[in-house]
Amino acid sequence: MTSKRFEARAGRAVNRDSFIREWPDTGLVLFNSPHDPKPGIRLSAGRIVELDGKPEREFDILDRFIARRAINPAVAGEAMAMDPLVIARRLADFETPRGEVVRLVSGLSPARIMQVVDALNVVEMMMALQKMRARRTPSNQAHVTNRKENPALIAADAAEAVERGFAELETTVGVARYAPLSAMALLIGSQTGRGAALTQCAVEEALGLRLALLGLTTYAETLSVYGTEKAFRDGDDSPWSKAFLASAYASRGIKVRFTSGTGSEALMGHAEGKSMLYLETRCLMAIKGAGSQGVQNGSISCIALPESLPGGVRGVLAENLVAAMLDLEVASGNDAMASHSEIRKSAKLMLQFLPGTDFIFSGYSSMPREDNLFGGGNFDTEDLDDYNVLQRDMQVDGGVRPVREPEVLAVRRRAAEAVRAVFDELGLPPVSEAEIEAAVAARSSADMPDRDVIADLGAADRFLSEGRGGIDVIRALARRGYTDIARKILDVQKLRISGDFLQTSAVVLPGPRVLSAVNDPNDYRGPGTGYHLGAERKAEIDDIPQALDPQTIGVTGGEPFLVEAGEAKPGEDANEIVIAVGPAFGGALGATLLGLPHRAVLDALAAGIQCEGMQARLVRVCGTSDCGMIGFTGSSLSGSGIAIGIQSKGTTVIHRRGLEPLNNLELFPQAPNLTLESYRAIGRNAASYARGRPVSPVPLQIDNMARLKYIVRTTILHLRETEQVIAGKPPQELRYAG
Amino acid sequence: MPVDYPIAEKRPDLVETPSGLRFEEITLEAVLEGRVAMQDLRVTAAALCAQAGIAEAAGRLQLAENLLRAAELVSVPEDRILAVYNALRPGRATREHLLALADELESRYAAGRCAQLIREAAER
Repeated sequence: MTSKRFEARAGRAVNRDSFIREWPDTGLVLFNSPHDPKPGIRLSAGRIVELDGKPEREFDILDRFIARRAINPAVAGEAMAMDPLVIARRLADFETPRGEVVRLVSGLSPARIMQVVDALNVVEMMMALQKMRARRTPSNQAHVTNRKENPALIAADAAEAVERGFAELETTVGVARYAPLSAMALLIGSQTGRGAALTQCAVEEALGLRLALLGLTTYAETLSVYGTEKAFRDGDDSPWSKAFLASAYASRGIKVRFTSGTGSEALMGHAEGKSMLYLETRCLMAIKGAGSQGVQNGSISCIALPESLPGGVRGVLAENLVAAMLDLEVASGNDAMASHSEIRKSAKLMLQFLPGTDFIFSGYSSMPREDNLFGGGNFDTEDLDDYNVLQRDMQVDGGVRPVREPEVLAVRRRAAEAVRAVFDELGLPPVSEAEIEAAVAARSSADMPDRDVIADLGAADRFLSEGRGGIDVIRALARRGYTDIARKILDVQKLRISGDFLQTSAVVLPGPRVLSAVNDPNDYRGPGTGYHLGAERKAEIDDIPQALDPQTIGVTGGEPFLVEAGEAKPGEDANEIVIAVGPAFGGALGATLLGLPHRAVLDALAAGIQCEGMQARLVRVCGTSDCGMIGFTGSSLSGSGIAIGIQSKGTTVIHRRGLEPLNNLELFPQAPNLTLESYRAIGRNAASYARGRPVSPVPLQIDNMARLKYIVRTTILHLRETEQVIAGKPPQELRYAG
Repeated sequence: MPVDYPIAEKRPDLVETPSGLRFEEITLEAVLEGRVAMQDLRVTAAALCAQAGIAEAAGRLQLAENLLRAAELVSVPEDRILAVYNALRPGRATREHLLALADELESRYAAGRCAQLIREAAER
């Protein structure tokens, strides 16, 4: 026997995700593999001679590098002697300042750091991350790529991403030779409109460095690190080569962020039976030792692997936290596809979104995920309205701002046109008018005309071999009248000279203004401290385009069609059914919640009443907007003793004289479920009660979403009706105007 | 917060380009007239040393060390930098070759910190 409910659940998105049990021998475990070492540091003459149970002569390259460069021996004695639970409490407890935790952590071994974070549950980890993130103001990074590597589309997407508030833009290429053109298009787009953002093009190290030297990019984050020696070798690097490369980038004024993440060692078959968090902690310490200002981690491209295991999402939060504890800038993942389930993806996102990180995404897909050449797009352009709503709901700064379509179309067009001008000026293959039009309006690269790829690649090769770069782009822009973009690119490139954005967690804001952990240090010390939304930013986050002005809801503008004809007296005609309407009915308000015109509603009620051979009499109740009281008052005036009470929003009751106000014959509380057919049936039923005939149920639509959809309108329409109440004014006889 | 950070904003007088231009001399007009080239938009060793001081004051010793290594590399040409980087990758160079590179950096470019990093990599 099978259950249809199990069958329905089996079809749910979450069940397309992979789940496995732990297998520690292969590193398929988040914390505490039996093969993880016991924490320990032994010092001799101020030198670390034993690390996590391993004597110096047995050190692998990571142990050696970490012992030499990542741990402060002057703090190690004190910090390692502390109960890890005490350090864990200082992490989560906001009384202990960030700097004190950073100091203690600088003296801990990798195995001890893992122990410390494992003592925290996810809420405590979030509290810790809120305090430990290096920069006070959170921000965000976007991915900008497309399958056709179309430069006009890259520029348009870049311009829109910056308009939406992303502080860093990252592109990459399907065909490596496209890199200079893509990097250039990204650079131009990034400084169109409000500017300014840092940009990068993720390619192989030598080419990446070259693009940066040519002034086509301003930062790099391709320096990958692994937690075991074998995985490091498979990645064709060593901690020293990475450290040297970091210095090389800095020597040219280029910001660098390393990359690591749980699961990579297991995926490469080189986890050596160690837990993911232990290995990731080693990565992060190597990164710190190399002198990097920061890291992108949070499993990144391996995310579905930790998420297949128990505690995977918690583990990924823990690795972001460890990076922050080591005083590194954190760009906290959320980029690669992590789940088929929207519920699961959103829940995971909250762990970084709520506490805030230096970059909540290390690549929010600013285009549809099918155009994401990183294999990313866990959240993409079509999720942006959701993201903006989440910021507004939680009053959390997620680094993104709501935008209006006209402003987006304008910057997209300008960016695409600027790229066309630069391509033309520099003798690159032409960008057509059709490409511009398509790039402005495109959903994805599927909407773009094809380019001559052979010609593009030839031109890209020449561009690179001639050593052209940022300066040529600036000149070309200025010559073609795009002086503002030229100036902004120059202003950001100029910042290289001072090296200001080499400091931890630096972003370049419009101005351009550098904000980093130096001039914007996270000073969170509990409620009322740290980052808070300023009035301007709050207004920006609150102002989503979908939000209506409540003052405009339900305003009809039409002429009242009912006029009052004196005080209503108790009727004597046993053939009459009173229709008692609310104070705003057919006056200040003209239609029900569902949008049914009041006139049509009255006609339907009267028609139903007439079906049973009775007559409708119209009365306005002036002293209350309550549906039950309207019906109650109506019945006291009705010759037959039966009345239909109706509020302006459409909520209806059938009442009989002598019943208590809140007791009644039939109540139809869900106005959105009432159609004209329902009102006709209500009229018929009311008359049937008066005649003592059997009544049949009124047909209603069943819509579970009705309350969700209409509660705002309900509230506002009811407010308007209540505004029309005149206390003590007796019910009025009504007739149709004109 | 160190009073001089961000340097470009607070103390532009402290920085000049490798070719000796002052920060405020780098204008769009100068670029268009050919007085500013890409080489001018590079960080200088002096600026990197100042940033290292700022990092150190913020307690970021490793970042400061990296910036000091970077200051040493300002005058090292790209092809030499890439040669050293490649030699440091796994299995690329013998111990002797690495030590020779370290000596080269130290003697020709006064890059003592970088030389020390390379020698450390060559241990064992």
